[in-house]
Amino acid sequence: MVNKSVMVVGGGIAGIQASLDLANRGYKVYLVERSPSIGGRMAQLDKTFPTMDCSMCILAPKMIECSHHHNVQLLSYSEVKAVKGTTGDFVVTVLRKPRYVDITKCTGCNICAEHCPVEVPNEFDEQLGTRKAVYMPFPQAVPRAMTVDKNNCIECGLCIKMCQAGAVDLKQQPQEEDYNVGAIIVATGFDIFDASQIPTYGYGRYKNVVTSLELERLLCASGPTGGHLIRPSDGKIPRTIAFIQCVGSRDRRFGATYCSSICCKYSVKDAVLIKEHEPNTTVSIFYIDMRAFGRGFQEFVNRAKSEYGVRFVRSSPGEILEDPASKNLRIWYEDTVAGRIENAELDLVVLCPALIPSKGSGDLAKVLGAEVDQYGFFKAADLITSPVDTTVQGIFVCGYALGPKTGDIPDSIMQGSATAARVAEVLEGSA
Amino acid sequence: MTEQEPKIGVFLCHCGVNIGGVVNIPEVVKYAQTLPNVAYAEANIYTCSEAGLASIRENIKKQGLNRVVVASCTPRTHEPLFRSACREAGLNHYLFEMANIREHCSWVHKQQPQRATEKAKDLVRMAAARATWLEPQEEPSLEIKDTSLVVGGGITGMTAALSLANQGFKVYLVEKEPELGGNLLHLHKLYPTMQDTKEILEPTIRSINASDKIETLLSTTVADVKGYVGSFKVTLARAEEKREIEVGTILVACGAANYTPPKGLYQYEIYPNIMTQMQLDELLKTGKVTKPPERVVMIQCVGARKGEIRAMDLAGFPKSDTARLLAKILKAKKEEGWPYCSKVCCMNAIKNAMLVKEKFPKADVMILYGDVRIYKEYEDFYSRARESQVKFVKHIEEVPPEIAQAPDGRLLVTAYDALSGQEIKLPCDWVILSTPMIPRKEEVILARMLKVPISSDGFLMEAHVKLRPVDTQIDGVFVAGAASGPKDVPESVVSAMAAAARAGTLMANKQMTTEALTSVVDEEQCIGCGLCEEICVYGAHYVEEGTSHTIAALCRGCGACAAECPRRAITMQHYSDDQILAQVKAALMEES
Repeated sequence: MVNKSVMVVGGGIAGIQASLDLANRGYKVYLVERSPSIGGRMAQLDKTFPTMDCSMCILAPKMIECSHHHNVQLLSYSEVKAVKGTTGDFVVTVLRKPRYVDITKCTGCNICAEHCPVEVPNEFDEQLGTRKAVYMPFPQAVPRAMTVDKNNCIECGLCIKMCQAGAVDLKQQPQEEDYNVGAIIVATGFDIFDASQIPTYGYGRYKNVVTSLELERLLCASGPTGGHLIRPSDGKIPRTIAFIQCVGSRDRRFGATYCSSICCKYSVKDAVLIKEHEPNTTVSIFYIDMRAFGRGFQEFVNRAKSEYGVRFVRSSPGEILEDPASKNLRIWYEDTVAGRIENAELDLVVLCPALIPSKGSGDLAKVLGAEVDQYGFFKAADLITSPVDTTVQGIFVCGYALGPKTGDIPDSIMQGSATAARVAEVLEGSA
Repeated sequence: MTEQEPKIGVFLCHCGVNIGGVVNIPEVVKYAQTLPNVAYAEANIYTCSEAGLASIRENIKKQGLNRVVVASCTPRTHEPLFRSACREAGLNHYLFEMANIREHCSWVHKQQPQRATEKAKDLVRMAAARATWLEPQEEPSLEIKDTSLVVGGGITGMTAALSLANQGFKVYLVEKEPELGGNLLHLHKLYPTMQDTKEILEPTIRSINASDKIETLLSTTVADVKGYVGSFKVTLARAEEKREIEVGTILVACGAANYTPPKGLYQYEIYPNIMTQMQLDELLKTGKVTKPPERVVMIQCVGARKGEIRAMDLAGFPKSDTARLLAKILKAKKEEGWPYCSKVCCMNAIKNAMLVKEKFPKADVMILYGDVRIYKEYEDFYSRARESQVKFVKHIEEVPPEIAQAPDGRLLVTAYDALSGQEIKLPCDWVILSTPMIPRKEEVILARMLKVPISSDGFLMEAHVKLRPVDTQIDGVFVAGAASGPKDVPESVVSAMAAAARAGTLMANKQMTTEALTSVVDEEQCIGCGLCEEICVYGAHYVEEGTSHTIAALCRGCGACAAECPRRAITMQHYSDDQILAQVKAALMEES
């Protein structure tokens, strides 16, 4: 008897795709997500390159399809703790973290959050905006339910009082549950390199040096500024902006010697978006190689130059200094094409940090017994012939958990579907 | 109209600030409540969120709604979601209508919020008018045959065929050449593992031959495709011999060709020892080198990234002789080529540079590049190449290198080094041109047969560039590998598995339902003139015994037949004249 069930670890676009492909094929899918909502990194993005589709608008229908699918069981706010067994018969122990809200009762009406007196930085907005101690990370969250952040909760009980559905339960306890599945798919995605490790760029010290993910939130209509691009120090519209590529990547000092594969492309997209928001802004991209590979992207770079007037400077800047009064930034760099040391005053600097293995993926690899590569990404069983198999039979991997083998969203989706094929092959067929 | 009195519910969406920041939504809600047949109207911050959908479901029941209008974004992404909310509340989902007040309104009229609000009212009024005339529809169900046709016997096609066979499906693997292998037959070694192509090809071909689920048909092409998802009737041709097969799904994996420069471009075919990377692969593979080269110069992006050249680019090269550069750029403008970056050539050049170094350790290998587009973890490979003294020269791309023959018969490459601003002269023995992967002619012919659209750069177009990278617009037809754009071997293998998953899911379900939006012939009115059959590009109409008939599974609902019919005997289900005219009248009402 074939065990037609699978556990997908990670609810970003890769995990969602793998889940839907298998669920549509009749598999029972347990989709485990560490945070309160599925959606992953794609949910944080404003628009996607090069078509400029609104990221959430194309992702939300897929998230909701997951939540409605009769074959998908969402295990949000949960983590994999232990795995036993082999292909066709794994037993996975999942920790269901207490969200202190009964999701079967919660309607996500947000009234509790409106009354909650505690305000803390919102991690979904990369700490730029705030949320309450009882919160939903973003309006399209799936499942649509609140979570109480016990680390910040002062237990005033207002949320309990305000909730008409009686959903808040501050006494919830963590629970461990076992699931029997035929195969496991890892889709744990990426985190970003901590740019404050490069002191010369001043990230963390200078308010107007932000990461590209922070910029996505600043550009996004549902972000902390309602889609108005303003700089953090004084809320003014920045008129001169520079992007710096390869922050921590292609850099032997920090171990991320690889190319993260997406930064050149999203920077060009963001530069164009900024120009569309504020046409009078001067936008420069400091790059080593403009890696706009693949169909459509070279054309996109050409348009950014000729239609939007985005400047491309071949340089890896040396230092950024802040004027303590105006909080403006002075950047020192060598334009390697012009062969000159230059400096410029900027209102805002956007760093494009390396993408690194997501926090906790190393522990997960240990639990699964799967090997990781020198950077900590999951290792493919064979780089050419078995690109989505891990080194453990019956356990597969897709999306950025594989490391920079994944370029962008379509790559993640293809890998997600590919794991679905492999699961079907292994469980139903002859491979 | 159905017998029940129409009771329409209108659900307006703020879409955060996307719509609500421009259109005065509360005003439109009030307006909607005054429209004929509208029983209920409300607004949500995000109608597509769980809360918004729940509200649709609840109000269908609570208010007894029998029509639903959502005024929000584009039906392309969100109609299926709202339809399913209707279905879950027991309402036939063809009783749903959408008004796009974002793309068609708030986004394009950002600067005129008042007029945008008026337009939103117009759009809502039109949608409600059409909704009044909507009728419930039954969706046809199709049987899906559990057999697949894979076109192309390269690494992509073979991987897809093996995956499908391993999933338990019967596969026809068709290859136009007399042997399996595709482009890999001509390549020497593969990055990043530096394995001999044989090490990949031989076991794969062995598995294909050993599988009792795969029937391999060599020297065979696809001559004709009829039918539709679930039962495509395909005519295969092998020389004069024809054969008919029936399959449920089709995977296109016919790869890409390598661009061959025209004679004279970079002196190609004029001087000896100027070759493409593909030809270098063959040379390294066969080992037929008479004299070891002292210096090899590789030129990147030959025939690729040939976008428009702009005078402003000149400002970036202050140290160069501008007038001379300009003359050269104007000349280069005439160079033919493809606009896109072919993605794999940088890595391929580095791989071959390393192989040349390995074989001829004394040879000086230089790569003239615009940008080194090594991506992913291959960066380490790039570092290894530099450590083994492969030299990388960033040249001014807009000024293509010139090649001449020195008196001693060697080649002389003249290029502009972008970083020093100097002209450099490189005497060398071989010049290797890195040329892009380009669409194959056969692929275009096949795409026409399958009615799959071709993108502007000539490759097969995906159903959605981001979200559906291996699906096509045609149900049951999938695309993998370089047929949809340049891909290296690892990427092709992943896409092959993805396509096999998508096709496999379809076949595992044994049946699927299709949209009820099809043409219907009124036999009383039809005179069997056959105009509809003539005009239908999908082959969905045929005339038999003096009357036209529709093959629902083939009909894409375009309506060309209905427009052409001289007797007005054809109605488009879900887009009837009554429905469209009601909408038009509603649009004109307030102006007239």
